[in-house]
Formats: sequence, structure tokens, C-alpha cells
Amino acid sequence: MNALASRRIIFWAAALLFFALLPLVFSQGFALSMLSQMGIAIIFALSYNMLLGQTGLLSFGHAVYFGLGAFFCAHALNLVGAGKFWFPVTLMPLVGGFAGMFFGLVLGFVTTRRAGTPFAMISLGIAEMVAASALMFTGFFGGEGGIATDRTVGGKILGISYGPQIQVYYLIAGWCLLSIIGMFAITQTPLGRMANAVRDNPERAKFIGYNPTRVRWLMMTLAGFFAGVGGGLAAINYEIVTAETLGVMASGNVVLMAFIGGIGHFWGPIIGAVLVTLLQSALSNYTQAWLLYFGLFFLVIIMFSPGGIANLVTLHKPVWQARRFKRLVPAYSLSGAAGLVMLLAFFALIEMIYHFEAREAASKAFSFFGVMLDPAQTTFWIGTLVMFAAGMAMFYATTRVVKRAWNELTAELQIKGAV
Amino acid sequence: MEFFLVTLLNSLSYGLLLFMLSSGLTLIFSMMGVLNFAHASFYMLGAYFAYQTGLHAGFWPALFLSPLLVGALGALTERFGLRTVHKFGHVAELLFTFGLAYVIEEIVHLIWGRAPVDYRIPAGLDFTLFTLYTTQYPAYRGFMMLVSVGMLAALYLGLTRTRIGLVIQASLTHPDMVEALGHNVPRVFMLVFAGGAALAGLAGVIGGNAFITEPGMAAAVGSIVFVVVVFGGMGSLTGAFIASLIIGALQTFSVALDYSMLDLLSKIGISVSPQSAWRGLWSITISQTAPVMPYLLMVLMLIVRPRGLMGTRES
Repeated sequence: MNALASRRIIFWAAALLFFALLPLVFSQGFALSMLSQMGIAIIFALSYNMLLGQTGLLSFGHAVYFGLGAFFCAHALNLVGAGKFWFPVTLMPLVGGFAGMFFGLVLGFVTTRRAGTPFAMISLGIAEMVAASALMFTGFFGGEGGIATDRTVGGKILGISYGPQIQVYYLIAGWCLLSIIGMFAITQTPLGRMANAVRDNPERAKFIGYNPTRVRWLMMTLAGFFAGVGGGLAAINYEIVTAETLGVMASGNVVLMAFIGGIGHFWGPIIGAVLVTLLQSALSNYTQAWLLYFGLFFLVIIMFSPGGIANLVTLHKPVWQARRFKRLVPAYSLSGAAGLVMLLAFFALIEMIYHFEAREAASKAFSFFGVMLDPAQTTFWIGTLVMFAAGMAMFYATTRVVKRAWNELTAELQIKGAV
Repeated sequence: MEFFLVTLLNSLSYGLLLFMLSSGLTLIFSMMGVLNFAHASFYMLGAYFAYQTGLHAGFWPALFLSPLLVGALGALTERFGLRTVHKFGHVAELLFTFGLAYVIEEIVHLIWGRAPVDYRIPAGLDFTLFTLYTTQYPAYRGFMMLVSVGMLAALYLGLTRTRIGLVIQASLTHPDMVEALGHNVPRVFMLVFAGGAALAGLAGVIGGNAFITEPGMAAAVGSIVFVVVVFGGMGSLTGAFIASLIIGALQTFSVALDYSMLDLLSKIGISVSPQSAWRGLWSITISQTAPVMPYLLMVLMLIVRPRGLMGTRES
């Protein structure tokens, strides 16, 4: 066994241990359901990155495969419940997976004939079509109410009934790990490499004897499979599937997840999925404007770090390995402090607008991190605006400091040959 | 006959509105290679701006002010947003406009709330233009057509008969050569983007009160406009025009027709028993399928002719 293989085995074993031990730390109901949600999001985002990151297909309709997988899984569960046939609940995500795969195969035949921008538009059109049909065929999709299901239909097998959330968490964690390994393995196969070639230069891929359309189609089918597995898990986890699951909003959400995490790295979408799920459930508790913050965060990532968070991490890897990270700390903390002032003032401004617009409230004053803000008074507006302007000016000034520190460090590392 | 003529007129006014949107989208796409996801958001902003200015100054100033404002926003978007991400490639540009659409919708929520606003047809245009058989045809629909056709003519003349129009046309195909001749091509890009946004804004001004002004209007019309552009062929204005009229007619007619396969089958003497498993499928009426129709048409077009009606290039 060579060194790489044994390192990988150690890595996956560590990941397994991590997944197994997580619920011991986060044992409350809320944390556990959030972890389950994250597991599903990770599978979904990674399967999306098989298209965008690895094959260069910008899809705006990936939730179609996720959602259809969820619907098929829910119906399969209901059929088992009705006693039509028997199938273990543990393997139920496979039903979703094969449903997603089937639709990836069928719809992919149409969509993957084009790449680039036309593919993006066509995938959006297909997503709209499926979403509209979902409201039309109420028998299968359950109309507005969706399809309800019951995950405990399998009864108790080896003491596992999937009644308690902790058992569902382990089901999701297990499938999540298997899917991550599966998708990582695909990147190592000739097909995965050809997908990269088709992404970078379809013409040359054609010259060496591969059909780019077929490579795209295959990747689409496989991505559909993993998305369907995620969908099946979602059906088991929530015990209800609505038409929103395959809607355009859901498709947009996975684009955000993958891109925020970073599409250039295999691990990027995992970071994105965890972060976005966390933000969505944490922020939505505190503010109505969370979608706006979320959208702006996405724009900032696109404009200033198009490689996502994963890229920021890899940029710092050589610095970390050369043990020079402490050289960046003063510049980063300075800039971070200025950025914090700017951000807080910005959030306060947005929240003031929101509370100002909320007409039904008698008093418009609200607490913002313990400070009472009253949008009915002009002084608060001026104060926040001044703070925002000052924060912005300081932030711009400190970015120069960061840039200088970074450039000096890079130059030094280049001399040493570390970069 | 009455039904047919009235629906035809309605579909014409809707199709022309679609063309106002798709023409800007097509121009921007063929010039910059960027598919502007936020295009329908500019349409929405046009409607909301018109509503807001209309509250203070009335409809007629809003008709001019609102597209100008939206156009200025478009110029800013190009200058400070798209130009920054341009170096990261087309995917980043596309995703930028996608994120922008997301943010614009949230800003609209923030300022105008989630419920539809009361943006009304001006009183001066709220009368019956003519009576067709028994249907009274509203003057505002006629006005919409007038504005659309007027804008269309202005666009055509502007692109073919003016100096800046010629520079734009040349920049579509040979940007490097145009730059070598001393024209500021990035500024031309900005101008086209602003112009496209302003057109969308104008469509919003006249469409917002004819239909409904709400935060979901961008998403509702956005994907239809994409269908129009794909169906007509990427980058072809003529194709976009024909496709707009076809899709407009398809949507308007299919919404109005309340027949199902069941009716057809019973006409030719076949009755489907209520117990039949397929009855649910047969009893779907044409009006129920209306939301799916444009997308179905697009998929069919892609299978038969991937580059669209008048498209010249594959991608």
C-alpha cells in the first residue's frame, strides 16, 4: 500500500469518527436537526459541483433532481407503509438516487447538448417547466400541500426504527460520507478527468477522441443520482415533500452554496453548505433582512474572491506551512476591526429601514445588539450614517496595510521558494 | 370570432412588451456575452419607480423619469459591478447578475413591502378605445402597443441610422477593430447595458399597471424572457421579435382556452370512465397547461433546432 492510499484511509476513518462523535457535542434537538440539514445540503452542494466545478456546466435547475428524488422516495415510503412491497428504509435514499439519475439521463439528453450560457438558460427553463408541472399533476406532487410520508414504516430492524432524530442523523451522516467518498472517487476516474478537460477546452477534448456532449451527459446523470440521494434523505428527514423542494428558489440556493464555498476545490461546496445552512437558520431567527445580507455576501464573494472561501484558505496554506502566519495577524486584526465597525453600522442602517417601514408597530424603536435604535428620530440616522462612512474609510485604509503585509510576505516566501 | 380577435389584440400587446424586455437582453448578450439575470429586475424597478414618482408627480413624468433612473442604475451596475468581475470570466459575470437579481428583490421587499403596490392605470387613459362586437377594448392596451411600437421604431432607427448605432453594431462583431479606430468600447458597453436596462424599465412602467406590481413580478417574467431569447436564437433581434410575438400569443391564448383532452375525446365519441387511472391526465385543461407551454416549446425547439429560430451561433 502506498503512502497516498494509507493517508486517504486514515483521512476517511477520521471523517467517520468525526461524524459519529458530532451528536455527542451537539445533542440538543435544534442542533441535531441542523446537523441533519447540513448533511443533506453537503450532498446536494457537492453533486451540484460535479456540474459547475468539474464539468463547467452552470445549472440553474439542479433542485429538479433533488426534488424528484425526494418525491419518489416519499411515494416509495408510502407504498411500503401501505404494504404494497417491502424495502428497508435505510436503503430508501437509493430510490431517490435512481429517480434523480433517471431524470438526469432524460432531461440531461436535452440540456447537455449545449454548454456555457445556453446551458444555463435551458436548465432554468427545464426547472421552470418541472416546477409548473408539479402544480399541474396534483396526484403525484400533492399540489400546494405536498406529499406527507412516514419514515417509521419499516418497523424496528436491529433496534432502529428511525423514529428519534438521532437515528435519522446517523442515517444522513452515513449516506453523506458514502456520497462524499463516491463523488471524490469519481473525480479520480478517467471520466472525472475528461469532465475537467471538457470544462477547460471542449475542442481539444474532441480532438483526443472524446465526445464532450456525452461526457457532460454522463456527469449530469451521475450528479442527478447524488442529488436524488440527498432528496431521498430530505424526504426521510422532514417527512414531507412540497413542490418548493424542486422549485427555482431551491436551485438558486444550491448555486449560492457551491459558489460561496468555492467551486474550484472538491471541498469548497462542503464549506459552503455548512456555512449557508448555519447562516440561514441562525440569521433568520434574528432579522427579516437576512436574505438581503445573504445576497450581498454572495455578491461580495463574486466580486472579491471568486474562488470562494476554499480559495482563501488555500491561499494561506503556504503561509501557514512556512510558519509566517503571525506576520499577517496585526494587519488582519486592524482591518477586521475597521470592517466590523463598517458592517455593524451597515446592519444597523438596514434594520432601521426595515423597522421604519413596518407601519403596524406603535413605537419603531428596537434593540440592536443591546443598543436601542429609534428610526423615528433623525439623530439616529445621522449617527449611523457617520459611523458607516467612518468605518468604510477606515476599512479602505486598512486594506492597503493588509495588501502591503501580504505582498512583503509573498516576496519573502518566493525567495525561499515556498510559493 | 370575437374571442379570437380580442385575444389576438391582447397577445399582441403582451408580445410587444416581451420584446421590449428581450431586445435589451439580446443586445446586451450579443455585445458582452453576458446573460443578464437581473434584466427582469430592472423591469420590476421600472414599475416601482413609476409607482413612486407617480405618487408625487403623476404618470406622465414617471413615464420618462423612471426609465432614465433605471438606465442610470444599469450604467452603474456595468461600470462598478460587471466590469470588476469581467476578468473572472463569463460564469462569474452571470452569477453576479444572478446575485444582483436576488439583492434587488430583497431591496424591493425592504422598501415597498411584500404585498403588491397600488400602481394604477392613469385616469386619462382609463376609457374604452373601441367596442369590438360586444367587448370593450381598453385604451391603455392601445397605449401600450403605441409605446412599444414607438420604442421599437426608435431602436431600429437608432441602431441603423445614427453614428452611435453604427459604432454599437460594429462593436458587436469587431470590438478590437472599433477600439483601434479610436472609439471607447467599454463606454459603448456601458451605454448598451444602460440602454437595455432603460428599455426594461420602460416596459416595467407600462406593464406594471397593466398587470400587477409586486416583488414576484421579476421572477415571473424573467424566465419567460429567457425562453423568448433561446427560442428566437441567442443574439438575434429579429428572432427575439418573432419569438416574443409567438410566446405572447401562446401564453395569452392558452390561458383563455378552457378545453381538455376529455372534451376532445368525447367529441369524437370516446368516453373515459371516471375510474380510469389516466382520467386525471386527460381532464387537464389547456388553460392549466399554460404555465408549462413556453418551456415545452423551448425544449422542443432545442431538440429540433438547437440554435433557435434565427440564431447564428451555437453558444
